[in-house]
Amino acid sequence: MKKFAHDFKVVTNNRLNTRHFVLELQAALPLPEILPGQFVQVLVHNSPPTFLRRPFSIHFVDYAKNTLRLLVQVKGEGSRHMGLLQTGDNLNLVYPLGNAFSVPSSNKVLLVGGGAGVAPLMFMGDYLNRKNLRPDFLVGFRSGDEVSQIDEYSKYGKVFLSTDDGSMGEKGFVTQHSVFKQTPLPYDRIYCCGPDAMMHAVSKLAAEKGVPCEVSLENFMACGYGVCLCCIVQTDKGNERTCIEGPVFDAARLKWQSNG
Amino acid sequence: MTFKNPVTTASGCFGYGEEFKDFYDLGLLGGIFVKAVTGSNREGNKYPRMAETPSGMLNSVGLQNKGVDNFCKVIYPKIKNFNTEIIVNVSGSTIDEYVMVAERINELEGIPAIELNISCPNVKEGGMAFGVVPSTATKVTRAVRDVYKKVLMVKLSPNVTSISEIAKAVVDGGADVLTLINTLLGMAINAETQRPVISTITGGLSGPAIKPVALRMVWQVFKAVKIPIVGLGGIMNATDAIEFMLAGSSVIQVGTANFIDPMVAPKIIEGINEYLDRHNIASARDIIGALKVC
Repeated sequence: MKKFAHDFKVVTNNRLNTRHFVLELQAALPLPEILPGQFVQVLVHNSPPTFLRRPFSIHFVDYAKNTLRLLVQVKGEGSRHMGLLQTGDNLNLVYPLGNAFSVPSSNKVLLVGGGAGVAPLMFMGDYLNRKNLRPDFLVGFRSGDEVSQIDEYSKYGKVFLSTDDGSMGEKGFVTQHSVFKQTPLPYDRIYCCGPDAMMHAVSKLAAEKGVPCEVSLENFMACGYGVCLCCIVQTDKGNERTCIEGPVFDAARLKWQSNG
Repeated sequence: MTFKNPVTTASGCFGYGEEFKDFYDLGLLGGIFVKAVTGSNREGNKYPRMAETPSGMLNSVGLQNKGVDNFCKVIYPKIKNFNTEIIVNVSGSTIDEYVMVAERINELEGIPAIELNISCPNVKEGGMAFGVVPSTATKVTRAVRDVYKKVLMVKLSPNVTSISEIAKAVVDGGADVLTLINTLLGMAINAETQRPVISTITGGLSGPAIKPVALRMVWQVFKAVKIPIVGLGGIMNATDAIEFMLAGSSVIQVGTANFIDPMVAPKIIEGINEYLDRHNIASARDIIGALKVC
């Protein structure tokens, strides 16, 4: 698949809460076909400590407006600088990178996300709707003040919510949500993105319930296009690159303990 | 051998070239130094393998590759017709392994040269160990020279007291060209977790952070030996490339910059041409070692 490195223009920088914001970025050239699960590598200007690009899942693609959206959590200097971007500023992206979530054959699909890991699920929801499929979402946040965009997700499917402190939705981690207490689990496939520990826990639950599960990893990487070999993950085939063979992997193929 | 222009890409930073076909026509490049090839399959080091550092990065990949047999049978057929020079970086844990890999690559018609990697800091055996002692550097170079009939380049480690001494030792062993520098041995610590950032604790530092060290070494080696130099170490743009040529590099390699801008190598080619035009210099050859020191 052809890849590009281009400047995008910031259309909006929408602050969701103290730690998260959504950038809507417009391409100068028509966007190529982009699939849910793919990511971009962002070059952060004017931030000397940020030497390498930063990988972000694609949160949404709007071909009519020729824009894509990134959901960003402020973690360090790079993301803090991205939070300062204003309408009209440029941001250089390498895109589209990585593989994609598989296309399910049935409606009975659960999309599980935690924190900023919910990012690719909105795009996946929209994509599935276009294929006349309506997924369920299970999204988890630290607390109620970080819960955001629920109305948006609801356009694409039913939304289940949990917060670690119980201030909104069910209390606890996503794996403790009543959705997972059903036997048998009424899903043919689970797609998951979030912190490593969450994805590991979800994939374990899915395996116990006999439901195939795909996870989207976010290993540290330098390049994002397969040459630095820094983002490797141990699978049943040995070391594979998160940026090329992933970021989406069949959870059953991963050797979780050795992932650091 | 000749290069169509002085801009090539560094081993370990450009895969086998294939990954960059998605971005631009590889025929634009002077050459591609492909990822290190060893005698047999190597899984490489454990994750995490890299750390971002001020103006650079540390890596510890550990020569992950599927071995020389796979290179000759699977990779070579896919890359031999790229319209640019393909040079194979040859690595090993023992002199016998270097010799075996060099012999196999010698049989490949489309490969005009090898780059002997006696400078990888991220493997337990071999690698840099051969490149930091003059006598062993001579020995491994000579052993490969005896079996390898085409252009023999040797990539030097900067982790030495005297780079000129190592350069001379490698010339004594029969090298045709010197490549310098490989990464500087470094370390990154996470104060919060009180742990090293990468799995092997130490790793190889690259990027603009090492450029002044690399320039100094290229200059010292240029004065010490008569054979051509391929220079690298933190080249991010055409100005950096020109500095390396002024210091004595006939050809330059772009390494870590490929991770930040996949289009950087063609931009550097263009930038060098603009520089030559602006200074009324007929050919890039005219600036090799042309540093004005008095």
